[in-house]
Amino acid sequence: MLTSPRVSPARRRGGWTEFQRRYAPYIFISPFFLLFLVFGLFPILFNAYLSFQAWQPGTGLGEMEFVGLRNYTDNLTDPTFWQSLKNTAVLALLSGLPQHLLAIPLAFAAAGVLRRMQHLVTAVYFLPYITSIVAISVIFFTLFSWQYGVINAALNALSGLPLIGGLFPAEKINWLGQKEYVQPAIALVVIWRYVGWNMLLYLSGIQSIPRELYEAASVDGATGWQQFRFITLPLLRPIMFVAVTLSLIGGLQLFEEPFILTNGTGGAGQAGLTTIMYMYRTYANYSDAGVAAAMSWLLFLVIGGLTLVNNRLFGRSGLAGRD
Amino acid sequence: MTTANVTELPAPGRRPPRRPSPALPRLGAYLLIALGAFLTVAPFYFMFVFATHTRSDIFQLPPPLWFGSNLGENYASLLERLPFWRSLWNSLYLAVLTTVTTLFFCTLAGYAFAMYSFKGREVLFGLVLATLLIPSTLNIVPFALIMQALGWIDQPRALWVPGMASAFGIFLMRQYIGSSIPRELVEAARIDGATEFGIFRRVIVPLTGPAMATLGLVTFVQSWNGFLGPLIIFRSAETYTAPLALRTLQSVANTDWGALMCGVALTVVPLLILFALASRQLIEGLTAGSTKG
Repeated sequence: MLTSPRVSPARRRGGWTEFQRRYAPYIFISPFFLLFLVFGLFPILFNAYLSFQAWQPGTGLGEMEFVGLRNYTDNLTDPTFWQSLKNTAVLALLSGLPQHLLAIPLAFAAAGVLRRMQHLVTAVYFLPYITSIVAISVIFFTLFSWQYGVINAALNALSGLPLIGGLFPAEKINWLGQKEYVQPAIALVVIWRYVGWNMLLYLSGIQSIPRELYEAASVDGATGWQQFRFITLPLLRPIMFVAVTLSLIGGLQLFEEPFILTNGTGGAGQAGLTTIMYMYRTYANYSDAGVAAAMSWLLFLVIGGLTLVNNRLFGRSGLAGRD
Repeated sequence: MTTANVTELPAPGRRPPRRPSPALPRLGAYLLIALGAFLTVAPFYFMFVFATHTRSDIFQLPPPLWFGSNLGENYASLLERLPFWRSLWNSLYLAVLTTVTTLFFCTLAGYAFAMYSFKGREVLFGLVLATLLIPSTLNIVPFALIMQALGWIDQPRALWVPGMASAFGIFLMRQYIGSSIPRELVEAARIDGATEFGIFRRVIVPLTGPAMATLGLVTFVQSWNGFLGPLIIFRSAETYTAPLALRTLQSVANTDWGALMCGVALTVVPLLILFALASRQLIEGLTAGSTKG
């Protein structure tokens, strides 16, 4: 590196100057690490400890009792836990995959055909991301309403159209009241919220692809599709890895959207009960901190495992490899 | 698909891809983008429309598509049910404190990682990145317990103190400072006898405006919109942030949807204004942060 603090003898004045130069970077980065130790690492370790204790938070720390693996076995034999895990996985997939299938072509279009309006397009698509999930959920709660919701009204109107009408349901769908539709409804909201975010990530990836590649391809007579297929997609791989990892981790921690759309209940047939929601319920309603802690570790294992699989399939060295 | 054969070479210096796309796919792309944009904006539109209608108007067939005349009553009903402005103030207080402190500490740390060479730099920066991947919501139970032990339940500091710095912020600032500020500038200031913190304050801070705008907006928005954290920390109506307060309206059996929509709209409007003012910067800052380096 160019600037080791001690290189230039002319500026070696010793004492305070020397001292502050040498330790300044450590002092500058210390706030983050202090905060992380206290509010990041310590809770994780405490959570691990807690997961082996039987404890009701209301009774004070003295009432903890070591129970070995019982909290874990309790969870693993609890059908609701498994259902919540299944719901989470289905929701993560149902909301995660379409985000990318939509965002990649959108970003490609925004960078190419629509370059002049790129900022406008990106800003519009990014709008949902900056809006409070409570606001979003409240709005969608009314839009999804069974008898009088805008979504059903629109779908029914579309089903009356010639040719494409068959694609849309003629019957009103009880989005949030019927087991089969709770997950698609939640997934729709999540997709709506995050497409713009992913589009922005992909846009940044596309913009970092050297233009000469496209020029050369054009000269060789490659079609737009071929350019997309053989230049854009392969070179987007690193950013795709980041985006998919973020979606995966986010999707498996889904809480706010299902919580508010189902009014905290998990919805019809508990189809909208995600693991984080169940964990929150175990802690806040059943006040069973140990079981909730064990649940979070089980979910952590799932998230960690899937991230690893994703890493193997997709990426080389993950986030750190990009700098 | 027709081939987009390009016969002439792209003009030098212009920004390709210069392939003249055939009219039909081009039109298709426009239509799809427009449809997507319409679907993206529609919920916002309905939020504002619903805020001006009575509950029974909102749930009728067909649903109202244009603004009504009930905004005043909805607003009155909102204030009757909630200390709404108090909640909004709580949100603002929390968001401003979080944003200001995050900007300060993340820029400081980002500067250290970008401009200094020190022992352990790579490892420590790797640690920062690793914390990005730790699923934060998994920590909610111990987080709640720690705050209880500290006596910080119902205190805004339970949320802004842990939020004073973020791994994402450090990452963003490091990328920006490393790629846009020449090291010679720092060296020059050092030769002029500036202290290390003085260099940061007088040289670095003034030059990191765009990245700070991005990080500031993202942090502000996240704090303003936060739900799970406040849900765990705040227990009384006086300390509720706006999202929490609005949610209590929804859980009432006979929800006044007009009032609720009015409250929701009032919570979203500040962000929309902020976004309109800063969206260009935000998008550029984010894309710069993630491509350079």
